[in-house]
Amino acid sequence: MCSRSSEPRERATAALLSPYRAGVASVVVVMLLLCACEREERQFSAQGGSSPSAASMAPASITLSDLQPGVSTQARRGERELEVNAFSISEGQRLYEWFNCNGCHANGGGAIGPALMDDVWIYGSAPANIYATIVQGRPNGMPSFRGRIPEQQVWQIVAYVRSLSGQARKDAMPSRTDSMQVKPRQVALPREEPKSSAPPSGNQP
Amino acid sequence: MHSALQPVGPRAELIADLMLLFFAVSAVVYVIVIAFLVWAIMRARERAVQLGPAATAQADRKSKVAVGVGAALTVLTLAGLAASDFIVGAILRQPPADPLRVLVTGHQFWWEIEYDDPVPGNRLRTANELHIPVGRPVQLIFTSRDVIHSFWIPSAMGKMDLIPGRTTNEIIQVSQPGTFTGQCAEFCGFQHSKMRLTLHARPAEEFDAWRQRQLAPAREPQTQEARRGQQVFMQSSCILCHSVQGTAAAATVAPDLTHIASRRTIAAGSLPNTPSALASWVLDPQRIKPGSRMPASRLPPDDLSALVAYLTSLQ
Repeated sequence: MCSRSSEPRERATAALLSPYRAGVASVVVVMLLLCACEREERQFSAQGGSSPSAASMAPASITLSDLQPGVSTQARRGERELEVNAFSISEGQRLYEWFNCNGCHANGGGAIGPALMDDVWIYGSAPANIYATIVQGRPNGMPSFRGRIPEQQVWQIVAYVRSLSGQARKDAMPSRTDSMQVKPRQVALPREEPKSSAPPSGNQP
Repeated sequence: MHSALQPVGPRAELIADLMLLFFAVSAVVYVIVIAFLVWAIMRARERAVQLGPAATAQADRKSKVAVGVGAALTVLTLAGLAASDFIVGAILRQPPADPLRVLVTGHQFWWEIEYDDPVPGNRLRTANELHIPVGRPVQLIFTSRDVIHSFWIPSAMGKMDLIPGRTTNEIIQVSQPGTFTGQCAEFCGFQHSKMRLTLHARPAEEFDAWRQRQLAPAREPQTQEARRGQQVFMQSSCILCHSVQGTAAAATVAPDLTHIASRRTIAAGSLPNTPSALASWVLDPQRIKPGSRMPASRLPPDDLSALVAYLTSLQ
């Protein structure tokens, strides 16, 4: 009799406790799992960096037209490790200002130089294209930074430049600017679909 | 030569005196409180059993008086300490008559030091070494380019924060010649501990001579190797961040190198200023100071030695 009456009570207690216990257990498990999460890796040194080598980024990949043979350069994702790395994008943001990119391109909206936050790309939007544009320079004003900016830093700038038009991952983009806020936060801007454009007429390279 | 208890100027002495006063008063109060505690414990043991109701009432009255006197003494002591603090603060805040104005800008992870002058050509930029004339008050005007730093030369001044977008200032006055070390005192990033500076106090004539030497443009390279080094400097990544007065290098995000050979250390006190240290610093700064803003420069060995020859010639 006694045992029979206590059984439902126990079951009721267990029913009361179990969601609580399950909650605690899941929190503990989540915390344990979080411990295993790897911190994003910061590459301070150029050695062993994840950036693709300059040799593989031949200028051959520059396209001035939408028409091209074979696979579109837009489909090549392998070169974009830096764009998922918040550290490299924010370093790119700092270097963009340090090396006076904003002197011509302003904060991405363009001034003397073309805008970088829109969908129009004269010399290609792929990371390799932008790398080549920075390193080689382009007609009508873009200087060559070959030998001036270390390779790894050029890749960081590339990652930042692409993030200006929303090509980088949202969770890796810097959520604030280093200086005065002059445009909406990058993460709040829509992703632009890159399309090629010819240089302004009369300025054909 | 690195202690707030060994002050080297009138202002630092005031701070040291204030510190000693606080320490002495606190020590006396501590001893008195502990003595009372011990006395109370011993007394309670002896008299706990013998107290009757009348005795308790009397003891209550006595303890009320004791607590009142104790509270009054505490308030007086604290008020006295607060007053001494305010007085020292007011004296330190008084602007001196004719200070030398020096602008100090904090960077991750070095100090930019600029001597102000009404004539723009006489403004002098240097890094990580603050030279001042003995006896003359120097007004340091602080700001920061990136994060909050704190400027601290223990034997000459208290800490002062460097805040981006704001200026703060502090007067420093040193009454004896010597070299004193300073340090960033607000955690500012990976290499906060390697953000040091040295204060060189020297007689006024010596200081003026130093200033004139520093104002001169960089010495033209004399040897073949140094000339080659200058070419390497101008054609590699150095030129994008550093400036050398009298050449095409005029960037301002990194320390001015016009007279780098006259400094005792490089990388904000991380390394002695020797040719071998310079070479290893240029080659791979991230090995010595991970997280510093200087990138590695993979120069061929002969270019590197030429560059080092050029840098060591910049007296």
